[in-house]
Amino acid sequence: MIENFDLSLVDWSRAQFALTAMYHWLFVPLTLGLSFILAFMETIYVRTGDEKWKRITKFWMTLFGINFAIGVATGIILEFEFGTNWSNYSWFVGDIFGAPLAVEGIMAFFLESTFVAVMFFGWNKVSKKFHLASTWLVAIGANLSALWILVANAWMENPVGMVFNPDTARNEMNSFAEVVLNPVAVDKFLHTVTSGFVLASVFVVGISAWFLIRKREEELARKSILIAGIFGLVSSLAVALTGDTSARTLAQVQPVKFAAMEALYEGKTDAGLTVIGALADSGDRIGEKKVHDVKLKIEIPKLLSIMTTGKGSGYVPGLKDLVNGNPERGILSVSEMMERGTYARQVLTDYKMAKELGDKESMAELAAKFEDKDFIDNYFKYFGYSYFEHPWQVIPSVPVTFYAFRVMVGLGFFFILLFALALWFHKRKTLEKNQWFLWLALISIPLAYLASELGWIVTEMGRQPWIIQNLMPVHVAVSNISAGAVQTTFWLFAVLFTALLIAEISIMVRQIKTGPKH
Amino acid sequence: MSSPGNVLNRIFRFYYDGFRTMSWWGKRVWIIILVKLFIMFLILKLFFFPDFLKVNFNSDRERGDYVLEQLTGNN
Repeated sequence: MIENFDLSLVDWSRAQFALTAMYHWLFVPLTLGLSFILAFMETIYVRTGDEKWKRITKFWMTLFGINFAIGVATGIILEFEFGTNWSNYSWFVGDIFGAPLAVEGIMAFFLESTFVAVMFFGWNKVSKKFHLASTWLVAIGANLSALWILVANAWMENPVGMVFNPDTARNEMNSFAEVVLNPVAVDKFLHTVTSGFVLASVFVVGISAWFLIRKREEELARKSILIAGIFGLVSSLAVALTGDTSARTLAQVQPVKFAAMEALYEGKTDAGLTVIGALADSGDRIGEKKVHDVKLKIEIPKLLSIMTTGKGSGYVPGLKDLVNGNPERGILSVSEMMERGTYARQVLTDYKMAKELGDKESMAELAAKFEDKDFIDNYFKYFGYSYFEHPWQVIPSVPVTFYAFRVMVGLGFFFILLFALALWFHKRKTLEKNQWFLWLALISIPLAYLASELGWIVTEMGRQPWIIQNLMPVHVAVSNISAGAVQTTFWLFAVLFTALLIAEISIMVRQIKTGPKH
Repeated sequence: MSSPGNVLNRIFRFYYDGFRTMSWWGKRVWIIILVKLFIMFLILKLFFFPDFLKVNFNSDRERGDYVLEQLTGNN
């Protein structure tokens, strides 16, 4: 039974999923962004006929190929883990994941696999225009693949477009459009792919800066900085914009995560956005959770209210409102949600008992409730709350979410400045004179990866304790297997992925040092 | 117009020549891809990642009943 599950099993399963997902994500964003940078460079080559652009394109294509090849199929491991470690969850999500992932698989196979071969083997064998079209299709295909994965991920944060079938204990999709056009999915896709574009642009600017520091391949470096600088600047601004729209959606569908990101405990009007701050234990508690004061705070007045409600006087609920409830603001307490969820779970239990007794009349009556709008909106919507013993258990780690968010946003604004400076120095032909900038660009490469990983930490740690928002907590989702087995595979993955990462970095560094072919 | 046989032959030659004339890094990453896929599918998937519900239950009905039991707990 769920009550008897070993907590260390949950923790190890989470750690393993986090490890594999974060390693997988080391490879993905560079593929998403660099594919478009290649497409831009090759377009210039085809339009101008200038062989220098072909050489530049082929150099970056080599680095793209190494990253693509090492990273390919690393995401499949996550699917292994769903089946072994997260079987209750895998069953419960039903066909919601199946449809988007099947589309992703087909598109990835036909678009990426076919046209990646043309990209690498097709120079001088297919026409310039066909080769260019292949490069664009790889870029579009890679990014569309990400769309389907992110649609599935977004459903976990805002489950829509489905109905729960008590007989099979599975959710069944009743609106593909609702799943795909889920506002969280749209925001998440735009924010994630544009952040991948930023990472790839930082990568290109950083490697190009290294060439300029070494006084090698100066023309390649300058031209690459121009393309990546423009693409990076536009993408960074898009990341900021999509981050803003994501925040608005988040405040509606995951208000607890949003409040945790801001360490906002007391709800307020005219809420300011904390730009910089340090958390300190206030001594107060919500249940067993510490309440933090934000010290050394630099705040932009009213911005949080504007971001979430569109007006400066808008009310932003804090964690205390969200846990204890605030009737004046129409916010239900978690205790109330727990009661409603417990009722929904009782209906499911009654259904199970009727099924065991073969009482078809009761089964039909109880099953009908799961299709009744009132029951879905007022009870089943809170199904997952029935698994908690205390209201405070719905609060995620505030320090992790708060700091990860701030560092990610801070780095995002730093990249805007980096690209603006790159373009400024390029325009003034002073890139080489500003050695400090070249070194800054080079050391920004790991910072781009850090920002990208922190984005996922905010997303996934911020939505704890849920694996499916409001419907299934993480501890209910795990399989009844031994924690030892999960520990073993955790270390196997740690070794495998570290080896892959070392392989990627060493092959890539060698190719960068070799430089483009003459 | 090329016959289907010719098209297939050209596709085969395209890939064959591509792999035959592959660069140093291309060969290295293909070795890594093959080793990685071998480890993932023939070692990890087979020995460490059985599908919990498929291995322990024979039909979807049994799997559904088991998860229903898990979801409803001791109530």
